[in-house]
Amino acid sequence: MTIALETQNLEKQFGGLRVTRDLSLKIEQGARHALIGPNGAGKTTVINQLTGVLKPNSGRILLEGQDITDLPVHKRVLRGLSRTFQINQLYPDLTPLETVGLAVSERLGHGGDWWRRMGTRSDVNDEIADLLTRFHLLDIMNDQTVTLPYGKQRLLEIAVAIAAKPRVLLLDEPAAGVPESERHDILAVVGALPRDVTVLLIEHDMDLVFSFADRISVLVSGALLTEGPPDQVARDPQVKAVYLGEEAVNV
Amino acid sequence: MSASSDVGFHAQRQARWRYAEAAFWLVVLACGFLFPTRYLIMTDILRLALFAMSLDLILGYAGIVSLGHAAFFGVGAYAAGLLALHGIINEPVLALIAAGLAAMVLGFATSFLVIRGVDLTRLMVTLGIALLLEALAERFSNISGGTDGLQGIEMQPILGAIPFDMFGKAGFFYSLAVLFVLFLLARRIVHSPFGLSLRAIKNNPLRAAAIGIPVNRRLIAIYTLAAFYGGIAGALFTQTTAIASLDVFAFDRSADLMLVLVIGGTGYLYGGLIGAVIFRMLQEVFSTITPQYWQFWIGLVLVVIVLVGRQRLHRWVLYVPNLIIRQVGGRKAVVAVPESDA
Repeated sequence: MTIALETQNLEKQFGGLRVTRDLSLKIEQGARHALIGPNGAGKTTVINQLTGVLKPNSGRILLEGQDITDLPVHKRVLRGLSRTFQINQLYPDLTPLETVGLAVSERLGHGGDWWRRMGTRSDVNDEIADLLTRFHLLDIMNDQTVTLPYGKQRLLEIAVAIAAKPRVLLLDEPAAGVPESERHDILAVVGALPRDVTVLLIEHDMDLVFSFADRISVLVSGALLTEGPPDQVARDPQVKAVYLGEEAVNV
Repeated sequence: MSASSDVGFHAQRQARWRYAEAAFWLVVLACGFLFPTRYLIMTDILRLALFAMSLDLILGYAGIVSLGHAAFFGVGAYAAGLLALHGIINEPVLALIAAGLAAMVLGFATSFLVIRGVDLTRLMVTLGIALLLEALAERFSNISGGTDGLQGIEMQPILGAIPFDMFGKAGFFYSLAVLFVLFLLARRIVHSPFGLSLRAIKNNPLRAAAIGIPVNRRLIAIYTLAAFYGGIAGALFTQTTAIASLDVFAFDRSADLMLVLVIGGTGYLYGGLIGAVIFRMLQEVFSTITPQYWQFWIGLVLVVIVLVGRQRLHRWVLYVPNLIIRQVGGRKAVVAVPESDA
């Protein structure tokens, strides 16, 4: 199997605190890989290094074999690495139409176009319409994002990440804070992602992790504790001890 | 695909011309014929409107605050003055563009300082640059004329055909034409993907970068463009008044501009235009009532706008202006700068 995303001996310190310790991860092409760990294990810090928001102190990050450790955030996106945020990062004043439209325009290289109006390129419009339909946002595409219910904002958050047509998608707790009634939409959308997109999922919700992931890495205090297929991880006594408590997990 | 054409239709909704917008410009044009004795003040308003539009481009769209926008006004003003005085470029329109470009160069050079910081840093950096230029202009009095300013500027006819007259009629229509052309350009730009990406950056720079927007490059671009606009406003000042003195760099000028946008609102392009009209009229009214202390009343208006709270003002005092603004700017337009920008 080819490796889509890889970290080699990644190390990050905040002052004297080592939040990422010698982390080497390999995520296979097309995998549904989950990164789990207790609160404060440094999961989001890992994501922030993968996407370029934070610079690691040492170690390398490879996207499809190419070193991206020193690339700025927006260049990684153009190389096919996209993410969602644990806490929605949307544009409060913009509409879903504008939000998704901008992401599509940027990917197709029209983002710097200062002359042609938004909405006059049919290839962009087709894609916006497709995304808004898939994410159940078409009927509210002209509402300001800040006025949308949380579940819809969550869908928009994922739609924006997908609009970048990633080959590797990082989902940071996609279902966090979503009320039970709207969870189904999110899970369906995440489940329906095309197989050629490699997904790294960060999640607290064990039901979601074990139903979705085909491989799980467990992070504790910034270091990799263990890694393997879900049933193996679920049986691992170390994992039970530090993360899952003494409860048994049904798979 | 019908959803697709639907998307196209709605995506262009903001960019479509409204009747109220056409009416606005017709009224402005009509003023040129209705008040032939008021050309000087009306030209002054147009200039201020263009200058405010320049600030609106960075403040209202990209969220960059500035307390030193007069730097560009001043460079444009002196550039136009020097070009005319030394007969380097005699034709006003060409000189205007050249002066705008001079300010643009300054804008590009200083944009790297401005994009670095957050709001407070930006306020200080922009303020500092304007003060610096003012001091430089004073120091190099052999070029700038020092405290006396540039004197003896004689403007040649516009396009070699229309001479500036002593009543300011040509100056008014010339300024109006420049304002309108630059407005059309700005309108085009803010409704493009580039313009939308600026609003995205203003809303959430973290997410903007996460969808592949080169944030810094976009900010540099709009800051440079705003500098061009500011320079043109300054050049119009020199060309229509035939003077350029140190006060083109003055702090008051930058600060007034903030007031104009607080009154008129940001992020829909008409804020600067409407704000400029109201601001100058307030100034006129107050200075008639109390020639010496009119600034007190201007200050009071500002404090009221900020303290009483925009929400309440929206409902009461600004109810009618808001109605007009919504007509012109669409439903998203608002009066007054949002809390985070002020």
